[in-house]
Amino acid sequence: MTLDLPTVWFILTAAVFTIYFFLDGFDFGVGMLQPFLARNEAQRRALISTVGPFWAANEVWVILAASAIFAAFPLWYGALLSGLYPLFTLILLAMIGRGVAFEYRAEVDHVRWRTFWDVTAFITNVLPAFLWGVIMANLVRGLPLGVDAHLQGNPLVAFDVFSVLGGLATLSLFVLHGATFLLLRLDTGSVLYARARRAALSWGAVATVLVLSFVVMGFVRVNLFKTLGFAEWLFPAAAAVNLGLIWLALTLRRDGLAFTATALTIVFSTATIFVSLFPNVLPSTLNAQYTLTVQGSASEPYTLRLLSWVGVVFLPLIIAYQAWSYYVFRQRIRDQDEAIPGGAND
Amino acid sequence: MNEIFGLSTLDLSRFQFATTSIFHYFFVAFTVGFSLIIAVLQTLAHRSGDPKLENLTRFFGHLFFINFAVGVVTGIVQEFQFGMNWQSFSNFVGNIFGVPLALEVLMAFFLESTFLGLWWFGKGRLPAWASLASIWIVAVGTTISAFWIIIANAWMQHPVGYTLKNGRAIMTDAWAVVTNPKGLEWFAHLWTGSLTVAAFFVLAVSAYHLRRRHNVSAFTISFKVALVAALVGSVGVTAAGHVQGQSAVRDQPMKYAAFSALWNTPEGSTMPESLVALPSNAERDNRFEISVPYLGSFLAFNNLHEKARGLNQLQAEYTARYGPGNYIPYVWPVYWAFRVMVGLGGVMLLVSLYYMWRWRMGRLDRPGRLYPLLLVMPLAPHLANFSGWIATEMGRQPWVVQGLLRTADAVSALSPLTVLLSLVAFWLVYLTLIGLDVFLLTRTARAGMHDPDVETPSVPAPVYLPEGAAP
Ligand code: HDD
Ligand code: HEM
Ligand code: HEM
Repeated sequence: MTLDLPTVWFILTAAVFTIYFFLDGFDFGVGMLQPFLARNEAQRRALISTVGPFWAANEVWVILAASAIFAAFPLWYGALLSGLYPLFTLILLAMIGRGVAFEYRAEVDHVRWRTFWDVTAFITNVLPAFLWGVIMANLVRGLPLGVDAHLQGNPLVAFDVFSVLGGLATLSLFVLHGATFLLLRLDTGSVLYARARRAALSWGAVATVLVLSFVVMGFVRVNLFKTLGFAEWLFPAAAAVNLGLIWLALTLRRDGLAFTATALTIVFSTATIFVSLFPNVLPSTLNAQYTLTVQGSASEPYTLRLLSWVGVVFLPLIIAYQAWSYYVFRQRIRDQDEAIPGGAND
Repeated sequence: MNEIFGLSTLDLSRFQFATTSIFHYFFVAFTVGFSLIIAVLQTLAHRSGDPKLENLTRFFGHLFFINFAVGVVTGIVQEFQFGMNWQSFSNFVGNIFGVPLALEVLMAFFLESTFLGLWWFGKGRLPAWASLASIWIVAVGTTISAFWIIIANAWMQHPVGYTLKNGRAIMTDAWAVVTNPKGLEWFAHLWTGSLTVAAFFVLAVSAYHLRRRHNVSAFTISFKVALVAALVGSVGVTAAGHVQGQSAVRDQPMKYAAFSALWNTPEGSTMPESLVALPSNAERDNRFEISVPYLGSFLAFNNLHEKARGLNQLQAEYTARYGPGNYIPYVWPVYWAFRVMVGLGGVMLLVSLYYMWRWRMGRLDRPGRLYPLLLVMPLAPHLANFSGWIATEMGRQPWVVQGLLRTADAVSALSPLTVLLSLVAFWLVYLTLIGLDVFLLTRTARAGMHDPDVETPSVPAPVYLPEGAAP
């Protein structure tokens, strides 16, 4: 493997997706856990506040992923997005609902209004958490692409046992990730914290089962990782090791370690997907000659060089100020009722 | 190609793209101008240390925050739509068009969303200077975002710095793309237009409260700031629009002819300007027309003798150059949209001048007799924007990239049913968004300012534990 510009941009795209799943993953998780962890308004508010200042900036990483693919791999961009049209439509609708639910929930002080947004938030966090897994599964499995990378046949081919399993795997992983994120953000003496711990323990088990069965199914049925050499197998192996580590960390009550382990599970799982994809970007299930490759779908060197310079300048800056915003809001949160002595907890 | 209810995938995709873009623009034009006005208000508050001004900033900031949310969520759709509905377009232009889009994300979107979070949620947690810096960064960020997206759009209207290779456009000169004269003119026009959107909104809200004698001293200040913005915006948008019209004659003569419903190159020694007309694509002529002599030459060329080419002549020219086909856009909506935009620009200018005069007379603490007009004025810049986009984008049909790629060749191979379903879903969601945005904006605007010490009850107020506190 030579490190030419298209390959560099393939790796960068994979990295941007990884950062996106790492960051938005815990927002999704908190959103999905909220109805189960919070029993009253103060608790719901406290949970939302753990991600309130961050979720919008986290989401920009997926916008970056889309625009990076557009600029660096135009053929891939068009084929993937139009090939999975119904999936992306659903994701977009969910992302709209999610954003508005986050921002508008507190605007009107009325129970029905808030309940409406809570329900919306739950659905619109579940959907992308599930659909991103479906998309990743489709990416490695491939689509029935024909001439000019146009999809042949029914757009619903995107859904099969393998991709649905992929969706469940990301869903459970994000719930788990959200739970371990909460362990870092909540007052360790609060009821919410105790509930988040319990959620992390049980979802740890669920995620382990689902993620591992996804990998096994990819190997057995979809013929995925069979081409991988020893070095590449390290990625799924590392993901599995980290899944185990989460359980250990939770038992030892090491919150920081537990969060790091869920984060690394996400990092290695995403890496596994992209490593097994390389040197393709989107296989054709109809005929190998229609498969899109890194080299075949990339932009010209001029464009890629330009993008690289811009990336070198801006990415470190972005990471720096985004990290700073996490630093500004670093303190743990406790809900209002608990903060007032004698306030109701449940 | 198969159809559903007589509509093809192309028709549906066009309609979906046009309407989702217009919805997006409805929100973001507001964002671009409003962020600047708020930054100015906060600067005034910071300088004077007056808690009343701080409250005023927070009050308008809340309105800004409400609108920002919908701007962001509708923007995400924009970013994915090119690939979803316009696969061939994406492949054709990606080498060039994708770059400003990526730059927009890297230079603007991260900045805006991170610093808005810091500004809004960081109240009381950030030092005053950092809060002020954050809102200025947001304001600069929105402007950068408008700049890059316009550079992208301008390239489609006026391709520069490219060559064709293997059936797609590739970039040869990035500097030419960034300094596309079309892009710079448009940016000036759009940015000043956005300023008017926010300015007339702030004027209306301030007038509402002045009328009711709420916080008179504070709302007089916001009224003044917005008035300056309204004047600068209306003058700027008119001036830049004039320049744009003149460059359209040169670069997109077909579009210009459609703006003016000019079917045939004028025969006399000068070009009149059409004031009212009923253009008909079927008859390839106007059914009715009133025009002013000389004005056309003057507006388009700054002289009294030059003439633009007519639609019919251009059609013949284009057929010779690009092969058989219909190159005339649908003139009726283009012509009228253009006129609505220009007319509203005039109204905005007059209203701002009137209030400038009142200011000189020292009568700004009351909205005066034009008060009812001020209340509806926020609609004017929105309508002008809507019309401007209709004119620009419909006026360049059948091209999606001028002279290089036809809209009909740009579309994805989707079934019409698929697109119809997404179209209906987006429309339902977007109408809800508009409803919510307007509902919350009016509700919050009418509620007015709160006491300095009372937090707006609706703002979530979690309790942060003190640094290093043991539970
Ligand atoms: C507040 C909104 C607003 C107002 C008051 C005006 N415009 Fe405008 N106009 C726009 C908002 C806009 C826009 C929505 O922003 C457009 C669409 C595309 C673009 O670049 O700007 C536009 C496009 C646009 C174009 C098309 C450029 C092209 O396609 O080549 C021209 C020639 C003008 N405008 C001219 C004018 C003139 C002479 C105005 C006189 C008052 C005017 N506009 C007022
Ligand atoms: C970078 C920015 C933009 C790009 C790349 C772009 C691109 C396109 C494309 C691909 C189409 C499809 C062709 C068609 O429907 O006929 C289109 C049409 C259209 N766009 Fe844009 N557009 C941009 C900005 C906007 C914005 C911001 C608006 C409005 C707010 C807008 C309004 C329209 C309208 C009204 C049409 C319909 C024209 C017609 O159907 O005849 N565009 N544009
Ligand atoms: C059709 C082309 C367009 C695309 C692909 C696009 C893309 C986007 C995206 C992805 C966002 C969300 C950013 C976020 O999450 O923070 C957004 C928001 C925004 N867009 Fe657009 N946009 C388009 C047209 C426009 C136009 C014509 C303007 C203004 C002149 C504009 C100005 C803005 C602004 C100011 C925001 C505010 C929110 C933010 O940036 O976070 N956009 N746009």
